[in-house]
Amino acid sequence: MSHQHTTGHSPGPAGQSVTGAQSLIRSLEAAGADNIFGIPGGAILPAYDPLFDSVKLRHILVRHEQGAGHAAQGYAVATGRVGVCMATSGPGATNLVTPLADAHMDSVPIVAITGQVGAKQIGTDAFQEADIRGITMPITKHNYLVTDPAEIPRIIAEAFYLAGTGRPGPVLVDIAKSALQAQTTFVWPTELNLPGYRPVTRPHSKQIREATRLIVEARKPVLYVGGGVIRSRAARELRLLAELSGIPVVTTLMARGAFPDSHPQHLGMPGMHGAVAAVAALQKSDLIISLGARFDDRVTGNLDSFAPGAKVIHADIDPAEIGKNRRADVPIVGDAREVIADLTVALQAEHDAGTTGDYQGWVGFLAGLKKQYPLGYEMPADGLAPQYVIERLGKVVGSDAIYTSGVGQHQMWASHFIGYEHPNTWINSGGLGTMGFAVPAAMGAKVGRPDATVWAVDGDGCFQMTNQELATCTLEGIPIKVAVINNESLGMVRQWQTLFYEGRYSQTDLQSKRVPDFVKLAEAYGAVGLACDNPDDVDATIRKAMEINDVPVVVDFRVHRDAMVWPMVAAGTSNDEIKYARDLAPEFDEDDL
Amino acid sequence: MSIHTLSVLVENKPGVLARIASLFSRRGFNIDSLAVGPTEHPEISRMTIMVNVEDSPLEQVTKQLNKLIEVIKIVELEPGDAVERELLLVKVKADPDTRGQVIDVVQLFKAKVVDVSVEAVTIEVTGNHDKLADFLRVLEPFGVRELVQSGMVAIGRGSRSITERTLRPMPVAVPAPAS
Repeated sequence: MSHQHTTGHSPGPAGQSVTGAQSLIRSLEAAGADNIFGIPGGAILPAYDPLFDSVKLRHILVRHEQGAGHAAQGYAVATGRVGVCMATSGPGATNLVTPLADAHMDSVPIVAITGQVGAKQIGTDAFQEADIRGITMPITKHNYLVTDPAEIPRIIAEAFYLAGTGRPGPVLVDIAKSALQAQTTFVWPTELNLPGYRPVTRPHSKQIREATRLIVEARKPVLYVGGGVIRSRAARELRLLAELSGIPVVTTLMARGAFPDSHPQHLGMPGMHGAVAAVAALQKSDLIISLGARFDDRVTGNLDSFAPGAKVIHADIDPAEIGKNRRADVPIVGDAREVIADLTVALQAEHDAGTTGDYQGWVGFLAGLKKQYPLGYEMPADGLAPQYVIERLGKVVGSDAIYTSGVGQHQMWASHFIGYEHPNTWINSGGLGTMGFAVPAAMGAKVGRPDATVWAVDGDGCFQMTNQELATCTLEGIPIKVAVINNESLGMVRQWQTLFYEGRYSQTDLQSKRVPDFVKLAEAYGAVGLACDNPDDVDATIRKAMEINDVPVVVDFRVHRDAMVWPMVAAGTSNDEIKYARDLAPEFDEDDL
Repeated sequence: MSIHTLSVLVENKPGVLARIASLFSRRGFNIDSLAVGPTEHPEISRMTIMVNVEDSPLEQVTKQLNKLIEVIKIVELEPGDAVERELLLVKVKADPDTRGQVIDVVQLFKAKVVDVSVEAVTIEVTGNHDKLADFLRVLEPFGVRELVQSGMVAIGRGSRSITERTLRPMPVAVPAPAS
C-alpha cells in the first residue's frame, strides 16, 4: 500500500487492504480528530509514517508526553470536542498517566493512543514494555489493548464515542506494534454495540415533578452548579432557570463561567476557599439543587456537619455520584442540560398556576453576607499583591479570553478574581490538583480556539514542571501568554505551614526570584519575556503582552510571598468554621432570616 | 455488615476480571467469594460475587460496577429466592479403622468419595455455605489433610431468566466518516 491512500482526501473504499497503522490514521480522521498532541517512539513509530501524509490530522510535537495529555484536555475543554494525544510504549505511555488521571477526575473527553510492544513480546518484560492498560484501568473511563489490526476502526470509533458521551472521560487505546505493521482491511463501522453502556440523558418526569414541588416549597434554596453544567453546554438553560426562579447560584471550581460572575444572583465559588456568601448559601440552605456537581470534600468540608438543614435534589448523568457522599432526597439521573430545561418548564407551569417560591428573606440574607464579606485582599505596604495582578489581568484582558491555571494559591485567586462570564473560558485541574497543568492546557486551548486570547495563570512552582512546552508553542505557532505569579514559593503549602505548622517553612522556598531567570528562560524558548514587580506597572505590562501575537509571552510577576488565600475552611473541619481572614470568622446571623 | 450475593453479567473479553477485582480493591470493598464462568451466550460471562457490606455501600458498589463498560447487568440475589451452591473437595485421613465412619458421614451429607488411598479418602460435596460448614465440622475429628473450595454460584428460583433480555442488540449509530 502506498501512502496516498492515507492522506485523508477520502476514506477510500471500504474493505481496502491497508496496514494497521494506516487503518489507525484513517480511523482517527473518520472519528473527526483534527489535532493530535504527541511524541513518537519505537512501538508507535509505524503510526507516524502514514500520519506524516495525513492532511486532516495536524500533529503537534510536544516536549513531554504529560504536556501532550494536558494539551488534549485544554483542547477538549476549550472546544467541547474530544482531544487526542499519542505516545509510544513504556515511559511514553506512563508519562500520560497524570493527564489521564486528571481527565478522569474532571470528566474531560480525551482519547490517548499508545504504541505497545509486539503482541508476541507482551508479557516478556520487553524493551519499553509497560502494561499501560492495567496501569490505567482505575483512571480511565475505559481502555483497550489491540492486538488484532482488524479491530482498530471499531475500537477507535468506540473510544471517541465513550470519551464524548454520557459522563465524559479519558479512553486509552494501546495498540501492539505488530498490529500496526500487519496488513488488514479498513472498514469504518456504521454502528456500535456496547450492551453495557447506555447512559441515561433524559430525566424521569416523576423526579422532575417531585423536584419542582420541593423548589416551590423551599424557603432557602440554592442552585449548586458543578462542572457537569459546563460539559453539557447548559449555561444558557441554567440562566433561564435561575432567573425564572430567582434562586441564588453558586458555581464550583469546575463550573466557573457556567453562570456570569457579574450576575446579581451569583454568590461565587463555594468550598474550602469559597466566598463567604457562597459557603453560607449551601451551609444554611433548606434545599440544595445540585446540577452536575458531586459534593466533593473541597466543597462540603466535614460531611457530617455539611448543610444540616438541607434537603437535596441531586441531578447527575452519573448515577454513582448520586448519594455517594450526601444522601439525595430527589435523585435525578440525566444530562444537566435536559434536567435544567425540564425543571424550567415544570417551574414555569407552577408559576402559571399561581404557585411561586418565597425566597425573599433568604436572598436578602445572602445579599447582606455578600456585601459584608466581599472577596478582597490587602495591598502590601511594600511590593506587589498577587491578587491585584490577577484581578487586573481579568479587567484588562476581559472575559472573552480563555484562562488556564496550575494548582495552588494562584489557582484560587484566578478562580475568584478574573471574573468569568462565559463557559469553557476557565480551564483548570480541579479534582486531581495537578501542578503544571496551566502551560500545556493553554497550548491545547489555543490550538482548539486559535482566535481566542489564551492566558495561563501559573505559579512559579507549577511553571517549572511543564514550561518546556514553550518550545512547542514557539515552533508550532501557538502564541499563548503566561502570567507567572512568582512568590518564589510553593505558596499553598507555605500557607498551610504558616497556619498549621508554626511557620516552619520546610522545603517550600523555591528561590524563583534568583533561579531561574524567567525572562531569560522565555527568551531561550523563543518567547518574549517580561517582568513586573510594581503595582503601577501591572496594567502596562499586561497591555504590552497583549500586543504580542506572533510568539508566546511570559510575564514574571514578582509578587510578595506572604499573601494568603482567604476565605478558608481548614481541611476536615465544618463549613461553619470558615474564616474570612486569619482569626476572623464571619457572623452567620440567622436571626436575619 | 451483611452478606450480599451479586450476579454480574459481563462481556466475555480479556481483562474483565481484572477490572472488577481492581474496582473492589480501590473502592475499599472486600470480596468474600467470587466465581466466574460461561453462560448460555458465548459472548457473556457470569460472575457470582459475595460481598460483605452494609446496604448503602452496596448501592455504591453496584453503581460503580455498572459504570464499567463491559458490565452488562447486575442482579442482587436474595438468599430465599435463589439456589446457592459451593463445591468442596476435601482430603480426610481414613485408615481401615476409621474409613467406615467417614463413609457414614459422606452418605449422611449426600457427598461422594472420588479418590481412595490407604491412609485417606478424597470427598466431593456440593451445597450451600451452611451445609459445607457443617460437613467440615463433622469431618474435622478424623483429620482434614487438605481442602479446596469453589466460590459460590447462585441462580434465581422460578422461570425468569436474568440473561434473556440482556442480549437484545441496542446498537448506536456512528457518525459517517468525515470527508
